[in-house]
Amino acid sequence: MKRALPVFWLVLLLTVPLWLRDQYLLHTLITTGIFTIAAMSLNLLLGYTGQLSLGHVAFFGIGAYASALTTLGFDVELFAGFRVVHQPWPAIVGFFVAIVVAGVSGYMIGRLSFKVRGAYFVIVTISFAEVTRLVALNWVELTQGPLALTNIPPFTLGFPGLGTYTLWNKVAYYYFVLAAGLGAYVVISRLVGSRIGRAMIALKNNESLASSVGIDVTRYLVLAAVVSAAVAGGAGSLYAHYLKIIDPDIFLFVYTVTMVIMVITGGKGTLAGPIVGGIIFGFLPVIVRDFAAPAMQWILYGALMIVIVFVLPQGVVPAVEHWVTNRARRKLAATILAGTAKPGDGR
Amino acid sequence: MQARVASGEVVLSIEHVAVHFGGLVALADLNFSVCDGEIVGLIGPNGAGKTTAFNVFTGFLKPTTGEVRYRGTSLNGLKPHEIADLGLVRTFQRTSIFHDHSVFDNVLTGLHRRGRSTLWDTLLALPREKVAERELVDHAHEILALVGLDRRAAEVAGALPYGEQRLLGIALALAARPSMLLLDEPVSGMNLSETAKVMKLIDSIRGSGVTILVVEHDMPMVMQVSDRIVVLNYGRIIAEGPPAAIQKNPDVIRAYLGEGKRRA
Repeated sequence: MKRALPVFWLVLLLTVPLWLRDQYLLHTLITTGIFTIAAMSLNLLLGYTGQLSLGHVAFFGIGAYASALTTLGFDVELFAGFRVVHQPWPAIVGFFVAIVVAGVSGYMIGRLSFKVRGAYFVIVTISFAEVTRLVALNWVELTQGPLALTNIPPFTLGFPGLGTYTLWNKVAYYYFVLAAGLGAYVVISRLVGSRIGRAMIALKNNESLASSVGIDVTRYLVLAAVVSAAVAGGAGSLYAHYLKIIDPDIFLFVYTVTMVIMVITGGKGTLAGPIVGGIIFGFLPVIVRDFAAPAMQWILYGALMIVIVFVLPQGVVPAVEHWVTNRARRKLAATILAGTAKPGDGR
Repeated sequence: MQARVASGEVVLSIEHVAVHFGGLVALADLNFSVCDGEIVGLIGPNGAGKTTAFNVFTGFLKPTTGEVRYRGTSLNGLKPHEIADLGLVRTFQRTSIFHDHSVFDNVLTGLHRRGRSTLWDTLLALPREKVAERELVDHAHEILALVGLDRRAAEVAGALPYGEQRLLGIALALAARPSMLLLDEPVSGMNLSETAKVMKLIDSIRGSGVTILVVEHDMPMVMQVSDRIVVLNYGRIIAEGPPAAIQKNPDVIRAYLGEGKRRA
């Protein structure tokens, strides 16, 4: 059962373009997938190390801009006539540049702010996101400012011996985002299931105890920040090349809030949490747009969020897990009482 | 030094350590040392500075003046995890376990220092990682068996009875493979049979070559397990010696019972 479930979901996700003909729904799936990847990255920090990054969209936006600029090329004067000129590179290179650049900025933010944790980390991350937004807005020569970077080319994948393939339609992007999401999931799940993940969870739960058994707290916090930022940067790159246009609004606080909501409602500190939360809040607009005005939609989001936090404070995934194990236990108890099983069976 | 079984040279030396919190003197000019293989009991009335001393030795608190050395290395300025890496590991006075995790996962987390797998081993799922994880699992079982919690392995740590939570705290410290163990009130709140169990455990830990410094309020217990006793009062050492001598020491009796007797 535990093994069959992920396979089932994977097969379902793989076959979606075969039976889903609605282009709008497919578009929603792609953007939902991109934000779900970002939410997964946030979950690594928030759910496993306990640090709330309220500027997480900065890494997403940095990834988007890094990828777009690598692909489009630029010609900027840094100071006193010193110019940096970059010729356009293939989009797929931009994807990896985005991951590296976002990871490096995650490292810097991690080093700076994990000296002071908790509320200070929250403040540093918010400020960082705001600063990146202002840079994107005002460094017009590099980013076009509010005019936006446009005509960002699509990804082109090269297969040795098979030629190249350009992602030119939604179905292709769907599979690319799915593959990226799978990659992010594997990286995060391997990490949190390992000795490294145990160290992260330990420092979240009891920092003094963790350091007393030899866990280097700062090191693992920074590592989580780097991986988290790198994954968010990759998601940002997908976003830029899928929409083909990005502007400084990508750094808006509301995107961070969206990611946080996805993680909290799905269940922070669980692998499936951000995915479940991502699907709920990714598809909510689709469900409510037929009968609610845009302003009403926001009210509905807020109400739903509050209801979920009140009813399922741990999030959807832990609540379902709890329900399933309880049911199994009740079943076992019933069979023991009926005399058909011995205690210890089904463990 | 009147150590009964001091088998070797000094491993932990505390030289002129003082801790001031503002105007309050928590520790005033502390000087003592622990030899290899010894069990030393650190006792004193409430507020004497015992836990403060532990915090200084393990890097959780910086001494205002003075120096702590472990096996020749100065601990000044080192972080707790760096001190643990040197083999000096502590337990905490209040229950110090990861409450939401299983007993087994607690010990597995404690084994962090023994893990050898790197970030890349983990991300690429190299066979090395699997081997290393299996070793850790074996170690965890060994440690749980040693402290007698093997049958509790699957239970949630926070749901254990108090005495067993304390044992798990010791198991966590042991998992970090200490060459010297600092136990902060290991038997506080335990009943007689649990206390006897811990005393046996302490003995077997020493038998495996680990030096032990123990803070404890339970006098019969600490007098029985220790080779040597150091008595603190108001941040100063007022007596030091074998348990039998300490029990008769008039200064120690006065520190614990006050001076009421003389006036009465």
